[in-house]
Amino acid sequence: MKRGMLDRLNADRENKRPVALVSETGAGSQTLVYEDEQTSGEELPQEVLSQARAALANDRSEAVENGGKQYFIQVHNPPLRLFIIGAVHITQPLAQIASLAGYGVTVIDPRRAFADSERFPGIEVSTEWPDDVLGRAAPDRRTAIVTLTHDPKIDDPALESILASEVFYIGSLGSNRTHGKRLVRLHEKGFSEQQTGRIHGPVGLNIGAKSPAEIAISIMAEITEARRMAAASGGA
Amino acid sequence: MTARQDDILKTAAAWRDAGQQVALATVITTWGSSPRPVGSQLVVDGEGHFEGSVSGGCIEGAVIEAANGAMESGKPAILEFGVSDEQAWEVGLACGGNVQVYVEKVE
Repeated sequence: MKRGMLDRLNADRENKRPVALVSETGAGSQTLVYEDEQTSGEELPQEVLSQARAALANDRSEAVENGGKQYFIQVHNPPLRLFIIGAVHITQPLAQIASLAGYGVTVIDPRRAFADSERFPGIEVSTEWPDDVLGRAAPDRRTAIVTLTHDPKIDDPALESILASEVFYIGSLGSNRTHGKRLVRLHEKGFSEQQTGRIHGPVGLNIGAKSPAEIAISIMAEITEARRMAAASGGA
Repeated sequence: MTARQDDILKTAAAWRDAGQQVALATVITTWGSSPRPVGSQLVVDGEGHFEGSVSGGCIEGAVIEAANGAMESGKPAILEFGVSDEQAWEVGLACGGNVQVYVEKVE
């Protein structure tokens, strides 16, 4: 690998820019392929380019053959992140399931009695206000956000801070009635129906979930659907 | 895709900055019950120090040897280890899997 390519790859990773490194394993020539039209390095067959972009979307590195040559496509996607607003009962299984599914999880709850890190072993827990944490975290297209407190004082600032962002999933716990009132509040604050339409509420796939762990599974299933089905239809 | 891999590529850059010869080894294909997934990486310096893993321990020795070869020749290599491969038994790929490892010099 050329030194310049390694530095560029490291810089892209630092900047959380999705990139695939394609290596022709015979001669060792290499190309960086981005989601948009851009590439950097050796020219690649069109088919390999398409395969590299598909690999980025599917989040899966793979070796392919083309014209008698072998290419290895290594996907360097920024980490998946899940921010959970509210250190409530459902949060415990949800944080665990999301970690298993490969997400970096942050639990945010300004109520210190809830946000006791002993209840969330191995998970980042913040007692700051959600809009402060989210403002710094720069949520991107590989970020999901779930609000679970039911408390407008805590949930609403979180939603307001990310409704205009590129996050791929927003979910809010609450009945249809609670969610209806939430939408009214957000519209009064000037958010459009198109923006608030991105919120999955009531949160989670309808699988009849009752216990906190089951509700966590329904939420994680909905997040997975949002991520994978969008990729399958050509989105991020 | 993991924090650990972040470290591998950053380590490669840092070791080059320190004037070391550096090679990277990457798992590019797996069959069966291979212990490390595609994309797993190992970085090696000219003195045989390494970080990361491509197999959980059983083929690292052979990979480091090939990495030294790549540092000297500047040419990449593909190593194959598996149950059908005599060498795999010698180096002890006991996991019953089959892996292809791409080894390249960092210039």
